[in-house]
Amino acid sequence: MTKPISATNDFVVKFANVNGSGSASANGLFAKAILRMGVPVGARNIFPSNIQGLPTWYEVRVSEAGWLGRRGGVDLMVAMNPQTWDGDVAGIEAGGYLLYDNSKPLPAAKFRDDITIISAPLTDLIASEFSNPRERQLFKNICYVGVLAQLLGIEIDVVKQLLTEEFKGKDRLIAPNLKAFELGRSYAEANIAPIGLRLRRADKVGDRIFVEGNDAAALGAVYGGATFCAWYPITPSTSLAESFQKYCRQLRTDPDGKARYAIVQAEDEIASIGMVMGAGWAGSRAFTCTSGPGISLMTEFIGFSYYAEIPAVIFDVQRGGPSTGMPTRTQQSDLLAAAYASHGDTKHPMLFPANPTEAFEFGAQAFDLADFFQTTVFVMLELDIGMQEWLCEPFKWDPARKLNRGKVLTYEHLEQGVPFGRYRDVDGDAVPYRTLPGTHPTRGAYFTRGSSHDRDARYSERGEDYTEGMQRLLRKWETMKGYLPGPIVRNARHPTRDGMLYIGSTGPAMKEAHHALDELGIHINSMRVRSFPFCDEVFDFIRNHDQVFVVEQNRDAQLKTLLVNEGGIDPARLVSILHYDGTPITARFIVKALKSKLRAVPDAAMRENVT
Amino acid sequence: MTYIAKPSLHHPSLEKNAQGYTRRDYEGRISTLCAGCGHDSISAAIVQACFEINLAPHRLAKFSGIGCSSKTPDYFVSPAHGFNAVHGRMPSVLTGANIAAKDLIYLGVSGDGDSASIGLGQFAHAVRRGVNMTYIVENNGVYGLTKGQFSATSDRGSKAKRGAENKDSPIDLVMLALQLGATYVGRSFSGDKTQLVPLIKGALLHKGTAVLDVISPCVAFNNHVGSTKSFDYVREHNDAVNRLDVITTRAPIEAEYEPGELREVEQHDGTILRLRKLEADYDASRRNMALAYLGRKAAAGEIVTGLLYVDPEAGDLHDALNTVDCPLNKLEDAELVPPVNALEKINAGLR
Repeated sequence: MTKPISATNDFVVKFANVNGSGSASANGLFAKAILRMGVPVGARNIFPSNIQGLPTWYEVRVSEAGWLGRRGGVDLMVAMNPQTWDGDVAGIEAGGYLLYDNSKPLPAAKFRDDITIISAPLTDLIASEFSNPRERQLFKNICYVGVLAQLLGIEIDVVKQLLTEEFKGKDRLIAPNLKAFELGRSYAEANIAPIGLRLRRADKVGDRIFVEGNDAAALGAVYGGATFCAWYPITPSTSLAESFQKYCRQLRTDPDGKARYAIVQAEDEIASIGMVMGAGWAGSRAFTCTSGPGISLMTEFIGFSYYAEIPAVIFDVQRGGPSTGMPTRTQQSDLLAAAYASHGDTKHPMLFPANPTEAFEFGAQAFDLADFFQTTVFVMLELDIGMQEWLCEPFKWDPARKLNRGKVLTYEHLEQGVPFGRYRDVDGDAVPYRTLPGTHPTRGAYFTRGSSHDRDARYSERGEDYTEGMQRLLRKWETMKGYLPGPIVRNARHPTRDGMLYIGSTGPAMKEAHHALDELGIHINSMRVRSFPFCDEVFDFIRNHDQVFVVEQNRDAQLKTLLVNEGGIDPARLVSILHYDGTPITARFIVKALKSKLRAVPDAAMRENVT
Repeated sequence: MTYIAKPSLHHPSLEKNAQGYTRRDYEGRISTLCAGCGHDSISAAIVQACFEINLAPHRLAKFSGIGCSSKTPDYFVSPAHGFNAVHGRMPSVLTGANIAAKDLIYLGVSGDGDSASIGLGQFAHAVRRGVNMTYIVENNGVYGLTKGQFSATSDRGSKAKRGAENKDSPIDLVMLALQLGATYVGRSFSGDKTQLVPLIKGALLHKGTAVLDVISPCVAFNNHVGSTKSFDYVREHNDAVNRLDVITTRAPIEAEYEPGELREVEQHDGTILRLRKLEADYDASRRNMALAYLGRKAAAGEIVTGLLYVDPEAGDLHDALNTVDCPLNKLEDAELVPPVNALEKINAGLR
């Protein structure tokens, strides 16, 4: 028999549940309890596009070393879903553990002999104490948390504290939850032998917070001064609008109940972005949140925003495409769709947050950028960031920070005779001045249109007027590069001619991969790109390396395409490492792909893409 | 169209309204539409209405989509900001601007293609939300800029210039607006300025969604025999249910009225809508009755015009959203950016 896995503060627990069975709060309790013991966790919901009945999983990676990306493999499986039993049991690492509910006997063929089987009669334990069917279902989940607490060594006081906090104001729910927890814990204490996986209190969490990226981005929008959200429900972006509502209700409500914000659920994504355009034009900071299919619908307006120069912010929480694709799985596959959205010559700035902390920061900064550059700014979230709770640095805000509203001429300016031409490059940075409607009785009015116009916003079909405007937009694009968040470089222990480029949620896996490569003696520098248009630093990085691996989560190497297109880079110098099955990329995958790439053919030009 | 721009200097003897503005202050750039186009008459009616209600020209915000009608906001009230949106999507842009700056008067101008075909969805949903706006459909039953295709408001059996017959059922935007909850609904004819100007005045002063369907014959593509949107056809089949006078509180108007039952309706801002009935059995305060009447008359080929429905106590989208009195675009940093200690509290709750 394979030796049982023995590990402290470094293992993966996966819960297999049925969607809608109330497992989420129990699983969340498990993850949070470990965090409260000072041990970092990376937690991920793997859920279906369904309300009730289909399989759902929750994976918790416990890592005192702080590796928060998905590891791959499962050390302890909590198998609560008969539909997925076979696959769940098969997914356990050799020497791993299986916990199941043995209230009903299962044939021996359903198990493996190279893993440790642990069982508890969860259904029976709960049935002995609770009679309400819904309670029985919910508390069965809390009961397995009790079993796990005993087996792994979760401190009971931590669980008690968490339950007390969670049910604050609904205090009558605390006692039955604790009872269910205790049923499982005491059963395990009396009946189950200790296992090789253990938790030990540590101090590796610090002041970090545990939060979803959508929640963070919405809070960023509140701090960034957004007053209006127009949106249309679409997974995985819906919770962003809901969080904005939650935070606004909390932070932007006058004592008399009046709202210093507005939220409209539009009839579709086209109306959402149209409303954002109207509000941005009238001087309110406005945004919409959506996913790939929504971007497709919005493209006409996005081009309008580019050409008529109207501020807008779009949070694109990317999911698996094309078409309806995999709405509950993660990808980085809207890069090209967003970068060049719309007909004609258009391009749009994008920000690539790598975690909820950055989702908050970029969520606020996007509004300054949109107002200043008077264009649509994309915040490119991903399902893996938006809908998963991440352990990340706490949110920070400088109290001295002012909202940068950009170049807006006021009544006083116009009254003093400051000349106004809507599309004139007055300051040499190609960013024009604008006026808001209703500002001055006789000066500053103009007509906004998507048809060609001259520098004073008059309708014009003259080629010179058109090209002057389009050239200025290109110069504005150049100006932008100095204002966007710059890339972050991590150098290998030794000088090297190999580099890696990546964005967004690949961060934690990359950090871990970097460490593993160092250990393997493979030296490679890496750069996390945080915005588009790419600044010179990005292209310098590529020039300073013989070959650069571009690691991204889509099939068609969209980040590489952008680099080649915008930087005039020889495509042969960029070698793609692509992960796009809808699960988050892992360090194991990156290391494996990189090793095979580095070994395969010495001439980078001959290398094929790894998928 | 005329090619000669009027000089911008005003003659000192030009009549001024209570705010000191002359009619010229409400004019726009020179129209580029065809000579005799009904749309230019509507622009003129808008100018007249704005003048008569003493609107400060820059407090108007003008919106349109794409098409002949949607070009017109450039041709009236130049001191106001204008927004020529993408095809069929003006309602959403207007909605967004209205949410940002509730202190302006909102006017959307659209056409039958822009509102009844590509933009039917946005039209419907803006009406449902009760956006505080005047929404004028310059309805000619035809696509002019692309040279004469039927639009969705063309009547079944109506003939195109080259004789093709429209086989599809028409969309009646007035009936739709009534069903969807518009609180001021009227229909008029670009050739009847005496009816149209008061309807626009009342609409601009109305709080809530005001929809005006204005039949506006296309002299280039839809003004022939066999068309149900021609000048002649509309004149022959025009069934006006009432005559409206709008009396702003600031400048009460003493006028002579022809006989007929008078009804006065006071709107939110104190404006009086004085309605004189032309149809004895028509009551503009009853939505369902209006729908039934319109249905009956449409079947008989009659075009019902006048103020067809009004709810003077209507609310708007801002009431529903319970927004603060200060327009959202005028809120300062301190009212928008929460204090840092609030963030620290949120951090603490996430540990």
